[in-house]
Amino acid sequence: MNMRLLTVAMLASVALSAVSAQATDLEVTHWWTSGGEAAAVKEFAKAFDATGNHWVDGAIAGSGDTARPIMISRITGGKPMAATQFNHGRQAEELVQAGLMRDLDDVATKENWKAVINPPSLLEGCTVDGKIYCVPVNIHAWQWLWLSNAAFEKAGVAVPKNWDEFVAAGPALQKAGILPLALGQQSWQVTGLFNNLLLAQGGKDLYLKVYQDKDAKAAAGPEMAKIFKAADDARKLAKGSNVQDWNQATNLVITGKAGAQSMGDWAQGEFQVANQVAGKDYTCLVDLGAADPYISTGGDSIYFPKLADADQSKAQEVLASVMMSPSAQLAFNLKKGSMPVRGDVDLTSANDCMKKGLAVLKKGNVVKSTDELITPDTTTQLNNLMTQFFNDASITPEAAQKSYAEIIGSAD
Amino acid sequence: MPQNARPRQLFRNLNAKIASIPMILTALCVFVGGTIWTVVYSFTNSKLLPRLNFVGLDQYHRLWTTQRWLISIENLAIYGILSLIFSLLIGFMLAALMDQKIRFENTFRTIFLYPFAMSFIVTGLVWQWILNPEFGIQHIVRGFGFSTFTFDPLYNQSIVIYGVLIAGLWQGTGLIMCLMLAGLRGIDEDIWKAARVDGIPTWKTYLLIIIPMMRPVFITTLVIITSGIVKLYDLVVAQTGGGPGISSEVPAKYVYDLMFLAQNLGQGFAASTMMLLSVLIVVIPWAYLEFGGGRKNA
Repeated sequence: MNMRLLTVAMLASVALSAVSAQATDLEVTHWWTSGGEAAAVKEFAKAFDATGNHWVDGAIAGSGDTARPIMISRITGGKPMAATQFNHGRQAEELVQAGLMRDLDDVATKENWKAVINPPSLLEGCTVDGKIYCVPVNIHAWQWLWLSNAAFEKAGVAVPKNWDEFVAAGPALQKAGILPLALGQQSWQVTGLFNNLLLAQGGKDLYLKVYQDKDAKAAAGPEMAKIFKAADDARKLAKGSNVQDWNQATNLVITGKAGAQSMGDWAQGEFQVANQVAGKDYTCLVDLGAADPYISTGGDSIYFPKLADADQSKAQEVLASVMMSPSAQLAFNLKKGSMPVRGDVDLTSANDCMKKGLAVLKKGNVVKSTDELITPDTTTQLNNLMTQFFNDASITPEAAQKSYAEIIGSAD
Repeated sequence: MPQNARPRQLFRNLNAKIASIPMILTALCVFVGGTIWTVVYSFTNSKLLPRLNFVGLDQYHRLWTTQRWLISIENLAIYGILSLIFSLLIGFMLAALMDQKIRFENTFRTIFLYPFAMSFIVTGLVWQWILNPEFGIQHIVRGFGFSTFTFDPLYNQSIVIYGVLIAGLWQGTGLIMCLMLAGLRGIDEDIWKAARVDGIPTWKTYLLIIIPMMRPVFITTLVIITSGIVKLYDLVVAQTGGGPGISSEVPAKYVYDLMFLAQNLGQGFAASTMMLLSVLIVVIPWAYLEFGGGRKNA
């Protein structure tokens, strides 16, 4: 079996290099499968095909949670794709350390990525032992609160400008038969909401102390207790939100059945598809309306597994350079609704909410995302804790904080 | 004499022994070897890739202090015990009713066995909709005018596992019924006649004569049901995804999530070792009772 595979592979590579010296097929796996995402990926494919190579699309339906195990087992199983998506951060850390990924130092120094990538922390996330292993392709910020103007009008209260006002408006919404806070039941959404509260209410310092320094004392401290109090408010406001997926929750806000949702900027695409206008139909609050807003710079990166074939390795460098080019960055990110990783891309066609985000980015008010700071293992533990806390009213904020501090204390 | 006896013993029935070599090797390398490998690595701190960096019992310590694992075990115990009792009970009752020489037996048999043709994923989705308060049973009953009727097990932490149990029973009892029916059909007609001549009531005949005679069938059924319980995974994934919160998590899902989502192989291995251990605790005493005793050379 193995012998036969090997022969086939060798024959194929001989045939390929004999027939076409230039056109190289590269398979790229990713989980960008929703409408806007698929359109965005096509922009990359188009740009890459224009270089005379060929993009083989390896979309994996489901979510990252479904796709990542498949990608990882292909890489560790010895049949790697030419390039693959991961989130910025530590998801591919061990694959790099095990020597399964190739570095992109040549391209990066040639095109001076260090200077063009903004914020610089993105490149740090791609760097292991001084070498660059991935191309960050976009920035997604988690810290948004999306509000339905119609819902607040119906309840007879002004649209809140920050989290505290929103909590105060909760009872009025409930009286009007509106669910104050839409929240999907999937655990990552619950943890996302919690982390948004942490950054908005606790500020950058507390956020970094907990997730970057893994300071268990800070996690058990009085400042953190405030965050758990806020989370306690949130779970009361979200009671009765029985939807599963994030876009179903967004839909509750779009239709005015719910007052608000705290979700990343990818939710914006849903408002656009529903032909809603920012400011008129819905309101967006960056960093939940904090006075000095910060955003986290999560998002997607493309990693390149080590390949034996020299032509393909060459083509990988071409692909990396295409993805980083200003034109591809612009086309991709406009369709995806995310922010480009280069500071020099002009985004005049972006809408109001996106511009708010870009302004924060320009100011340099950024922190690393939790994907970059903590391991998937810790993320899973937090997900379990948060979803339990939000679903079981008998767990007190104090008890939840105690478990939280334990998880942070044992994180690496 | 003993010198002669040994080789003869070894070469007796040689063809059969050669023919079973591939299976023996598979069993040894894949099953036993894989199991030992897993157990060994459960004592390491392997993350995404297996590494031999021993950390003693750390993984087990973390496992048994993790709320989600404890809930998983509790859920499996509830699901396991109830599903064992009810599938046997309902399966046997259906089979006994089916055995009364009723009309349209084929039709009923098909209807009862039909759910078994569906995978757990489909079963889970179907029951997710049936139990959904906005489309399913609750909606229909409220449509009849009982506007305060509530039935939403999948959205209630304390009873969600029973919602899963209902779906599991719906899917599985048909097969149990068929096995039982085959067992009942295997009972000689004369035994029924003799019991009737002696004036023994029907229920007593079933309880004291027929069921003890069906012992082999019961054992087969028991093995099928229990193996189904331990590997419970896809039904939960399709029906509840472990929610609400983590209240319908099961051990197999914990293993998968830890190994592939959390990228923590060591923890996943520790959990699967515990699963193996619990199966062994049940199986070994039973196997000893069943096959042990004086028949060692048989």
